[in-house]
Amino acid sequence: MAAGSMRTGAAVRRAGGLRRAFVPLAIVSGAMLAYSPIVVAHAAYEPTMGLVSKIFYYHVPSWFAMFTAVFTCGIASALYLIRGTPRADRVAVSAGELAALFGLLGLVTGPLWARKAWGVWWQWDARLTMAFLLELIFLAYLLVRRYGGPGSDKLAAAMAVFGMANVPFVYVSVNIWRTIHPTTQVVPTLGPGMRGAFWYCVAAFMLLYSLLFAARVRLEEERARLDALHLAGQD
Amino acid sequence: MRRSRPLMSIWSMFLAVPAVLQALQPPSGFVPVDQLPQTESLPAAPLIIAAYAFVWVALILYLLSIWRRLGRVESDMEALERRLGERTGSR
Repeated sequence: MAAGSMRTGAAVRRAGGLRRAFVPLAIVSGAMLAYSPIVVAHAAYEPTMGLVSKIFYYHVPSWFAMFTAVFTCGIASALYLIRGTPRADRVAVSAGELAALFGLLGLVTGPLWARKAWGVWWQWDARLTMAFLLELIFLAYLLVRRYGGPGSDKLAAAMAVFGMANVPFVYVSVNIWRTIHPTTQVVPTLGPGMRGAFWYCVAAFMLLYSLLFAARVRLEEERARLDALHLAGQD
Repeated sequence: MRRSRPLMSIWSMFLAVPAVLQALQPPSGFVPVDQLPQTESLPAAPLIIAAYAFVWVALILYLLSIWRRLGRVESDMEALERRLGERTGSR
């Protein structure tokens, strides 16, 4: 009992600390994102593609955030399936929504870049098709959560675990099936003129992802409290 | 039969000459990409602006949706707490 109340006290203190840090971090994140077009404008051009390669600075960080969200959702879903803890389920659904959001950003910015660089909006190559399927898995996850009825949380959790298992295949697909999409060697071999701007954008996107995730988890926790209050009122 | 084999090889090579010559010629209507007129080259700026604007608009809309959903849950909670308080007060 004492251990339980101590754990609850620590959780409340941690939540209070997070809430206090949220506003300053949100300001930092907003400022970083607002300044990012200026950083990108000063970055070097990719020599073969020219100006359109500037989409890279938003396109790749979107996928970084998407993959982080997918792993968060997948691990939390696995925990929910194994232990059945409601908090893991709340974390999973929050990350699942963000996976769909950041995946959408990657899937929209990619074709805008491809239209100029490749001459087509879309190519059904291994990477693009697998990324599209990953997005569909997480859209399906959200639809199952919303309209699946009782027990759908477990079904959706299993879907999220399979979605997570898909990520390494999406990542290495460009190296295995060589097509028009660049390989995974682009980021590690970025020139000094592009590296700084790229990692700045990654930091801005990851900070934004963390804040949106914290806000989304809070929404789920408030909903859980409301449900508990409804149940208490019925007794 | 054995004597006709070299003749057939020479004859088939002779037949292949027009095809090889045609393959060496650039296809009609081909223009190298650096010699394209400016009007046929797709401008990059609108694509970049569209990509950045889409990201910004999507993120702002998502943030607003979280804000709205949180506000709704909090107002529901306040109403429920008030109702529960009134019920316990009346008992």
